[in-house]
Amino acid sequence: MHHLSIRQLKEALLARDFSCEELARSHLERLVRIGAELNCLVSLTEEQALAEAREADRRLIRGDCPALNGIPVVHKDVFCTRGVRTSCGSRMLDNFVAPYDATVVERARRQGMVMLGKANMDEFAMGSSNENSFYGPVRNPWDRERVPGGSSGGSAAAVAARLVPAATGTDTGGSVRQPAALCGVTGIKPTYGRVSRYGLVAYASSLDQAGVFARSVEDAAFVLEAIAGYDERDSTSVDRPVENYVSALEEDAGPLRIGVAREFFGSGLDPAVGDAIEEALSHFERHGAGRRDISIPSLELAIPAYYVVAPAECSSNLSRYDGVRYGYRSAGARDIETLYKKSRSEGFGAEVKRRILVGTYALSSGYYDAYYLKAQKIRRLISAELREALREVDVIVGPTSPFTAFRLGERAGDPVTMYRCDVYTTAVNLAGLPAISLPAGFVHGLPVGLQIIGDHFSEARLLQIAHRFQSTSDWHQRVPAGCE
Amino acid sequence: MSGPAGIPSAGVSEEELAHIAHLARLALDPREVPRLREELARILALVDEMNAIDTADLSPMAHPVETAQRLRRDEVGEEDRRELLQQGAPEVEDGLYLVPRVVD
Amino acid sequence: MDTSRWEAVIGLELHAQLATRSKIFSGAPTGYGAPPNRQACAVDLGLPGVLPVLNGTALSMAVKFGLAVGATVARHSVFARKNYFYPDLPKGYQISQYELPIVEGGAVHISTEGASRRVGITRAHLEEDAGKSVHDVVSGRSAIDLNRAGIPLLEIVSEPDMRSAAEAVAYMQEVHAIVRYLEICDGNMQEGSFRCDANVSVRRRGEHALGTRTELKNLNSFRFVERAIRHEIDRQIAVLESGGTVVQQTRHYDAERNDTRPLRDKEEANDYRYFPDPDLLPVEIDDAFVESIRSALPELPGDRRRRFVADYGLGLDEARLLTSDRHLANYFEATLGDEGADPRLAAHWVTGELGAHLNREGRDISASPVSPEMMQGLLRRLRDGTVSGPVAKEVLKAMWDGEGDADHVIEGRGLRQVNDDDALSRLVDDVLDAHPDQVSQFRSGRQKVLGYLVGQAMKASRGKANPQRVNALMRARLTE
Repeated sequence: MHHLSIRQLKEALLARDFSCEELARSHLERLVRIGAELNCLVSLTEEQALAEAREADRRLIRGDCPALNGIPVVHKDVFCTRGVRTSCGSRMLDNFVAPYDATVVERARRQGMVMLGKANMDEFAMGSSNENSFYGPVRNPWDRERVPGGSSGGSAAAVAARLVPAATGTDTGGSVRQPAALCGVTGIKPTYGRVSRYGLVAYASSLDQAGVFARSVEDAAFVLEAIAGYDERDSTSVDRPVENYVSALEEDAGPLRIGVAREFFGSGLDPAVGDAIEEALSHFERHGAGRRDISIPSLELAIPAYYVVAPAECSSNLSRYDGVRYGYRSAGARDIETLYKKSRSEGFGAEVKRRILVGTYALSSGYYDAYYLKAQKIRRLISAELREALREVDVIVGPTSPFTAFRLGERAGDPVTMYRCDVYTTAVNLAGLPAISLPAGFVHGLPVGLQIIGDHFSEARLLQIAHRFQSTSDWHQRVPAGCE
Repeated sequence: MSGPAGIPSAGVSEEELAHIAHLARLALDPREVPRLREELARILALVDEMNAIDTADLSPMAHPVETAQRLRRDEVGEEDRRELLQQGAPEVEDGLYLVPRVVD
Repeated sequence: MDTSRWEAVIGLELHAQLATRSKIFSGAPTGYGAPPNRQACAVDLGLPGVLPVLNGTALSMAVKFGLAVGATVARHSVFARKNYFYPDLPKGYQISQYELPIVEGGAVHISTEGASRRVGITRAHLEEDAGKSVHDVVSGRSAIDLNRAGIPLLEIVSEPDMRSAAEAVAYMQEVHAIVRYLEICDGNMQEGSFRCDANVSVRRRGEHALGTRTELKNLNSFRFVERAIRHEIDRQIAVLESGGTVVQQTRHYDAERNDTRPLRDKEEANDYRYFPDPDLLPVEIDDAFVESIRSALPELPGDRRRRFVADYGLGLDEARLLTSDRHLANYFEATLGDEGADPRLAAHWVTGELGAHLNREGRDISASPVSPEMMQGLLRRLRDGTVSGPVAKEVLKAMWDGEGDADHVIEGRGLRQVNDDDALSRLVDDVLDAHPDQVSQFRSGRQKVLGYLVGQAMKASRGKANPQRVNALMRARLTE
């Protein structure tokens, strides 16, 4: 049953081919067996999952089923879950149990989804390889010596290995799309403000957005529809009705104009990945899409700007972890300054500390204008260029990642080498745009991700276009060895 | 060092590193300082690619979706959940969070 | 020390706690005196993942203040984070306003010893309060109570326009009266609802450049503000006169010793790293919103004070006292409903005798058991001569104690003033008969004993005799 789509699962559950509890047990068994090898979960919530599944079965019997009744899900450990540890992949929150659910978690549950566990991630969502977790790296199901991408690597790996039909993630600079690309699954990052950030442990508040991993666009549409929407607890969530993403998939998308920006095909791109993307573009054209070459000249400034804005916000967002009210406190500090410094230095990992230092520097007196303000101005420019381009074309299409999954440790030595992984993804966050990554080929047995970027609140259209691609290709149906 | 003039960065001096580490309340192991300075220099060099363009005419963009702040009604909607909220607190007595004595 | 060669320059930062029901960014209650951390929710505690949402009433209150002081209300304002670590600051930053505050410009007018001055208001911005640290309740530990964290504050920053401690206090009192008139702050200084930090410097008279300033903290009463500033001015002058230099620092006022002492020097100057709070969007308000608030503004204390002086002929001090509190001023005006009402008499009784009763029981005017209508009834009887001043005091006391209105008390206690000359003549005769010694003293030239004899007559009448008539009748009899 771990190969069935969400639509098929819904039908099978309704037909009583198996119960929600059986479905949960079957997935839990695979999560224990295969999930442990991949290290994709930091918490397995077996008892709670079975209780929720039984409750879903009772609803099924009563006949009052919400849209995703009994469908298993894994939440990235960045989402607060009432009564279940929310570690954020950090020693700092290793003992933290939130007294509330994130809105994403609450909405998924309200739609009947059964949470099986919490997914491993780069500490505080900072990383592009999932090597920055306090709980150790996640392994890529396609090659266990390789990284799954980050920061939502656990979610991507779990979906890729068919351990769960869907998982949530967050995308601040590519953290849904890049691991989706590297693990060969579908990952969508909605428009900033489309999904509530309430209960999502903040990394960089003006960039963070919750997203979904699934095996197909249709599955992703089901879950996004469940979690999206205005939330009065998040001032930045947008009060605008959520479209019916699933039914929109079958609607006639009309003529499609895709924009191909030359800046997505620069020198950093692995030529083999570039070939796969070209083939995908041809695929679109073969299916009636018009192609237009465009330019986003400032795209190359996205990484520099992102690596100022995100660390600046992070340096402030992470100040609350001070060892006073919750979380890790270093033992034996005799004065408050020592307590702060020891707790934070012992509680945070190296990459988190680096970004806090960079962000503190960028905001500090004398450097604010040259770094923070400059980056926010460049953000304006990048955003304007992208939105301008999106007036000419329906979507911008290109690679999600310049390369396929790399070996564990391969890029860990130098932060800048790691940061370059995000070359095609961060601009989207700076501009708050929605984007999706789809499996679009393989290079040496490793998946290649195709990124499709749309204008603000164009999720329905994006999903439609992506769905059209998946209706005529089967890259997304490939299963890693050992996960059949 | 890059200042407001936007001259490419030569990195962060040991004193500056100590200063920002203090602002961020991070203790640095003296043995990791040289490596950290090197990493920060590389990161700042990356960031300094921003200087490739003149941004004088651009206004900064703090939010990706430019809407206005929504207002909340002035209503008490939170009940007292002190015991629950303090369950994971490192040190609590009589409902107060305790820390080493702070000297004003 | 020759203080006349020096001029003080003073600016105040006032913090008014806004009288909202819930906090500025969360739905937790704001009541005073709750047990520790019982009014601190996940947002106030800065738990991971929770987010601030702005309280609309806090915003309206700030706008109200801006309009009341003639300031510009920003149609576009921004919340920023002020980053620093302190155990009572849960998030490691305070949400405040920095570059684009909600209120800019404006002024209040003050007068001291006949001179008046315009004190400019630089800005007023919204921010959240921090919690409270209590030291050594537990030995060697500081204890943190975050009930106060997230309570809305309006920080009102003045221009350095004041030149004496008295002016600083007058300014503070004026702002205090304004925020209470607007009902945006309860003004309770004991509970910390209205706080003051003062920036003080001195310079030689005639100089334009500002001297080095110090910031005084912990000034939690009008009296302390005056004493602390006076003390600080003297200290700075003494330093300068002896050839020293004033060090820019923050000084804590110790009320018991009437002294200021520097706070422990921070090892480095603070760098708050302000930047726009990404969790909050810019606050946009339109003209309609501003106008709806403007149209509901009450008459402000300054305007009312000037009206009381002009229309009612009150003295400035009396007018200031009556208008310091909106309810007191309302009360006073409510006693003037009568034809032929005497505002000065009413002012005298409201601020004097009634004020004494209120003070004794620590009551606010709105909790007075004597209603304005009851006071009006008493004033009527004073004017028409039914009771004398001393008897009116007795009537007021009885009304205070719940014996009913003035007429009821006067009748019930038989306190009607005796004006009948026959009865008064008999009274005078009785008194003169009983005091032959004083009578002969008067006749031998010691006119002062007249007062004594009138007093005896008043006493014998239990205060009811008309004192003017008694006086006249007595003088007539003695000089026959």
